[in-house]
Amino acid sequence: MAVCWPETGAELAAAVRVARRHGRPFVARGSGTGLAGGATPLGDPVVIVTTRMNRVLDIDPQARVAWVEPGVLNLDLSRAVSHLGLHYAPDPSSQQACTIGGNVATNAGGPHCLASGVTSAHVLAVEVVLPDGEVAQLGGLEPDAPGYDLRGCFVGSEGTMGIASRVAVRLTPNPPAVATMLCDFTSIEAAAAAVSGTIAAGVLPAALEMMDARITRAVEDFVGAGFPRDAEAVLLIEVDGLADGVAEQVAAISDVARGHGARTVRIAADETERALLWKGRKSAFGAIARIAPDYYLHDAVVPRTRLVDVLRRVYEVADEQRLIMMNVFHAGDGNLHPLIVFDRREPGIWERVHDAGTEILETCIAAGGVLTGEHGVGIEKRDLMALQFSPDDLDAQARLRDAFDPDGAANPLKVLPRGSRCGELQRVPEGTWI
Amino acid sequence: MDLSDLSDLIDLSALDELAGAVTAAIAVVPVGARTQWEVGGPPPTGTTVTAPAGVVRYEPADMTVTVGAGTSYRELDAVLAEHGQECALDPVDANATIGGILATGLSGRRRLRHGPVRDHLLEVRVVDADGRVVKGGGPTVKNVTGYDLPRLFVGSFGTLGVLGHVTLRCRPRPATARWFRVADGAHPGFRPSAVLSDGTTTSVLLEGAAADVTVQAAGMQECDPPGHIDGEHRGRISVAPGRVDAVGAALARERGVRWLAELGVGTVHVACDESAGLAAARAVAHAHDGWLLREAGGGDIDGYGRPLPNLALMRRIKSAFDPTGKLAPGRLPL
Repeated sequence: MAVCWPETGAELAAAVRVARRHGRPFVARGSGTGLAGGATPLGDPVVIVTTRMNRVLDIDPQARVAWVEPGVLNLDLSRAVSHLGLHYAPDPSSQQACTIGGNVATNAGGPHCLASGVTSAHVLAVEVVLPDGEVAQLGGLEPDAPGYDLRGCFVGSEGTMGIASRVAVRLTPNPPAVATMLCDFTSIEAAAAAVSGTIAAGVLPAALEMMDARITRAVEDFVGAGFPRDAEAVLLIEVDGLADGVAEQVAAISDVARGHGARTVRIAADETERALLWKGRKSAFGAIARIAPDYYLHDAVVPRTRLVDVLRRVYEVADEQRLIMMNVFHAGDGNLHPLIVFDRREPGIWERVHDAGTEILETCIAAGGVLTGEHGVGIEKRDLMALQFSPDDLDAQARLRDAFDPDGAANPLKVLPRGSRCGELQRVPEGTWI
Repeated sequence: MDLSDLSDLIDLSALDELAGAVTAAIAVVPVGARTQWEVGGPPPTGTTVTAPAGVVRYEPADMTVTVGAGTSYRELDAVLAEHGQECALDPVDANATIGGILATGLSGRRRLRHGPVRDHLLEVRVVDADGRVVKGGGPTVKNVTGYDLPRLFVGSFGTLGVLGHVTLRCRPRPATARWFRVADGAHPGFRPSAVLSDGTTTSVLLEGAAADVTVQAAGMQECDPPGHIDGEHRGRISVAPGRVDAVGAALARERGVRWLAELGVGTVHVACDESAGLAAARAVAHAHDGWLLREAGGGDIDGYGRPLPNLALMRRIKSAFDPTGKLAPGRLPL
């Protein structure tokens, strides 16, 4: 396997051209935190790692735009602009480790994307090395680049349309007022109903996260964030903006939560408490190692009105397969993250984990949902695409991909099912990172 | 438990007529309300086709709505208003169809706060050049499954497919929305919804909780919403937001050119009574590394006045979706 670590855009472009000259495909890799196998090398590619391209090139506080290299870590970008009262809004749980280039490739989300939108809403322009080795700028700092929205096509294309060499991102002003609330419930259904009720009441929080009992206890053991150990579910809700609007939203959310049986509604008293609550939420995946050595994290979205029904079914599926299921997710978006924890040494467990995962995804699609809300398709869900898309739909997507990459050199064997575009259901492909 | 397949609830037969018309036509000319009829390249000639009108599915508690692309913004807004919601597309003429707004990539004047039109679109059902109904995106507020066909279709001027059904994201209507005059150089407040300037006066739209708006507006004078500028020859300039002041200053030196700039966005609306004014405005846009999209009139001037960037790639996309060039021929200089 060939692996290279370019340090400049010119080296990155050269790496692509050399790979192509030798008839090899290529795959870009940032920090490798992706969960769908998008950066996993398939088809004997040259692996091009962007982590050494980690400079923030330019910050324009007036225009609230920064040009960054693809290997800049998500959280490092926010830190680099925090003294200006700005931040980069998309905040995946992996933000301490994941790169902006990887965020662009997967169109990454995060808790605060509920109000502010996912990566695509925060990327103004991308300089890319196209699959033929040519360098092009897609989009621009002007609001509407002429012609087709190539920037929009590229963001979320999971490395199959080229590699970003520079990214212009929008920076967001820090809100003057923030309130972070923790509501605890005695049933999952009540918490889910409170989520739907909040949205239905016309409140759009900055973030609205749910954690079930198992996750809450695991996090509490791990972090000591002050989460109630006896709750069946907690909601972590954040609203921001100006003081009066924040107060109104806190009051409205409190009413909805209590109306759905919340035992307590706690509001973080200061920045320390707020940071601790978020540390608890973002440590969830580290905390579960205390329960079992392996986990399979899913990612699907359902309409917010269907949360109660779908969650009930998700737990039923786990029970039927005798699996431990936990849920910690972006409830306000309807973005589920069912998490199956297991020990791979247990005979026959893989079968059950896979079967449960597929059934959960089928349930979400049947409820009017989608296969992935922020992790991407990669190889994990490639062969499940037919659940959501018809052969004609997939054909249209393939035509767009081919226009960018006629030779199929960029991250081959990802995103779209191979061969027959009807893509019959298969097991999670070998090599999937879980 | 009711987990029935929601896709069954959407009647796609409403798109049959559109699909049939596209299949039969040699040149397809998608038509909405013709409020942006002259935008881009010369209006194409051929078989006019229209998308179905009306709300297909509205789930207020999900804050999403699916409509026929032929639905007018006026109708959509009225339906959403009944549930205290809106979709901040804000076309100048409320008769504009949703399909027309999306196809021309026409963002509204509240874009500064609510985002460009492309960020409002979740799912599309388009009729492709072969008359097949193709779905792209997904109906939920968050989705990264597959390639982003909805964004590809926004601003594609009907050259890649004809929009049939579209699903949009909605938001709660703001409790309060008031316009104020802003003194030169004064801070327009936190997260204003729009800041518009014609070179002599600057107006800001503040939306949100009533008390917040009042606090923000301290020292500002309330005013009427700025009027839209009009003229036989119109266009919109797109430049980096940091260059709007310079563009405004240059436009002010051109005789007979009226303009209204969206500060913080980079869109400058231009109108004039003589086509020469539009040509002059285009020269100003180019001098500031921007573009002027012709919206109406302009005499001999065409859609963009310059070759599109990444032309080879755009041509490959066009021929992948429309190999015979039958869809809206001439709207984009490809």
